[in-house]
Amino acid sequence: MPRTILEPRFQVEYLSILDSDGNLDTSLEPDIPAAELKRLYRGMLLGRRLDERMIRLQRQGRIGTFAPIKGQEASQAGAVSTLRPADWMVPSFRETAAMLWRGWPIEKLLMLYAGYLEGGQPAPGQNDLPVTIPVATQLPHAVGLAYAAQYRGDDAVVMAFCGDGATSEGDFHEALNFAGVWHVPVVFVVQNNQWAISVPLKKQTHSRTIAQKALAYGLPGLQVDGNDVLAVYAACREAVERARGGDGPTLIECVTYRLGVHTTADDPTKYRSTEEVEAWERKDPLTRFGTYLQKKNLLDDGLTEAIDAEIAAAVQRFEAMGPPDPLTMFDHAYGERSPHLDAQRAAVAERLSQGREAAVPPTAEPSSPPMRGQRSSRR
Amino acid sequence: MAKLNLVKALNLALLQEMERDEDVLIMGEDVGVDGGVFRVTEDLHRKFGSKRVIDSPLAEAAIIGAGVGMALYGLKPVCEIQFSGFAFQCFHQIENHVARYRMRSQGRFHVPMVIRMPYGGGVRALEHHSESEEQFYAHIPGLKMVIPSGPRNARALLVSAIRDPDPVIFFEHKGLYHAAKEDVPDEIESLPIGRAQVVREGRDLTLIAYGAMLRLAREAADTLAEEDGAEAEVIDLLTISPLDRATIVASVQKTGRAVIVHEAPRSFGPGAEIATSIMDGAFLSLEAPIARVTSWDIPFPGFAREKANVPDLARVLAAARDTLAF
Repeated sequence: MPRTILEPRFQVEYLSILDSDGNLDTSLEPDIPAAELKRLYRGMLLGRRLDERMIRLQRQGRIGTFAPIKGQEASQAGAVSTLRPADWMVPSFRETAAMLWRGWPIEKLLMLYAGYLEGGQPAPGQNDLPVTIPVATQLPHAVGLAYAAQYRGDDAVVMAFCGDGATSEGDFHEALNFAGVWHVPVVFVVQNNQWAISVPLKKQTHSRTIAQKALAYGLPGLQVDGNDVLAVYAACREAVERARGGDGPTLIECVTYRLGVHTTADDPTKYRSTEEVEAWERKDPLTRFGTYLQKKNLLDDGLTEAIDAEIAAAVQRFEAMGPPDPLTMFDHAYGERSPHLDAQRAAVAERLSQGREAAVPPTAEPSSPPMRGQRSSRR
Repeated sequence: MAKLNLVKALNLALLQEMERDEDVLIMGEDVGVDGGVFRVTEDLHRKFGSKRVIDSPLAEAAIIGAGVGMALYGLKPVCEIQFSGFAFQCFHQIENHVARYRMRSQGRFHVPMVIRMPYGGGVRALEHHSESEEQFYAHIPGLKMVIPSGPRNARALLVSAIRDPDPVIFFEHKGLYHAAKEDVPDEIESLPIGRAQVVREGRDLTLIAYGAMLRLAREAADTLAEEDGAEAEVIDLLTISPLDRATIVASVQKTGRAVIVHEAPRSFGPGAEIATSIMDGAFLSLEAPIARVTSWDIPFPGFAREKANVPDLARVLAAARDTLAF
């Protein structure tokens, strides 16, 4: 028997609506109301300005390590802006612009990166998961949320983010496979920013696209210009509608670029050229969208200043926070504290109260308050 | 009241909890049409349908990971990992997420999830089908770790595990599945997680065990009474974490001697934590060093050599007699 080609044959589409030179394909231009266009731009600019401010805060030691988003604002704002508030957003760890759009207060994000878990606590009723750091492990959670929504008969859609590096992880493939088999309302958004720390995409996968990986799991995969907010928006809106309509999951690959460091602990000059970065700077999502809005006369004067003032006020609120109460670390290990954990908490409380008393009159021997049961006399 | 083996008792707990609460669902490999490779979920697929008894694709990480998502949404998934030896393919989901969501979200979310796994040896099974790995889960803050020793307490503990707002790792010893039948009441019964039981009272020695090792401890206690005139107290831990230190300490304060029996390898195993708890709480009562009877510190040696590895009655008796004679 001759070898035959199986039907259906697969294809992967690429979507670009507004290119880096400002050329617009009006036939594909999504119908977005003026107010929403302005909101989108504001969301992207807030992401950019906060990112820059956070880098300075980190350099000054006022917050700890975090993963900047510079260059990926369109992929994030364009995607989450297609969700309803009651939908679910499942971030990885580089989604500041997406989180801001979903209503995370700036000071909470600052708290999170200053080491306070309170900063990662979603507000009551806010259907966002906290930042997830182990790569790709959040994707099965998104599938479970989507299954649960379907099981309960809710019309919620789940949108999950990951990066190009995550597509090498088993959890990525398991999540796509489960989503395909279960036909649940989830949209996977891969921000292909070309670099997983120092490893470029060509060392990450031999696939022509990341989008095509969806096809193996029986779901549609689409590649979009991730620096074109109109394309991201159009693609995600379609995918979200498909999910809500009961037509199952979609994978969207946003081709974008991490213009900055992987995290504030990273030095990208070690692994990539300035020429490459400069080439991508010319494709900056904000520049292109700004020009588009300017032509429509939708760019407000003083927007940057207003955003900077908003950030400055949030930084002030963040810095006005008192020191953390160490004892609350025992509150959320379990629903109820076991006697054993109660005893550990009491030991810390005792130690703290001794420390405070000792701190009033400074003594020659610096503070190492004895633990309970420790011998008070030396042999 | 019906005489049930461990499999049927667990099945009863699942059936009754699913009847009681629509948020309870089952997910795992072969748990649906097949009823599970050990038949623990038998007939539930027929009763509740494939949306509630989910034959998942074969991928442990996504079984647990999707379970996390369901639990965050408010459902109560009972996930089955077919053998505990395969759980390392979802260990990252358990450690990174199942155990941590309450803390990470500062109480906004919690993970009311049960992860059932058959564990343990002595059933002439291959590698990864014969090990005891409770120490890994007992060590992770945020998890509870439960191991029943018989049909009645298994049923009652599974009911509690399903209702618990926190994640529970629920180990079922393969050797106990069909070992014995017990009277199990028809009406729903639960047992508190975190509470051990004194199943035999004695004044000379405390034997601490759980799961399949409990039978050894009881047999050893009977033999010691008959042959040595020594009365051993036997504690069935039932919950490994959080450990019921109060029951252990109270017993050893009375007996002054303790032997811990577990099937997991010795070093850094539950026995070490139990022994330290005794040192913390009953140091001045101790008449002899605390003894541990465990598997050896080797990877699974193949079932042909299993008898030389897993604790048996002779080893428990020898340790008990050494302790009594000290």
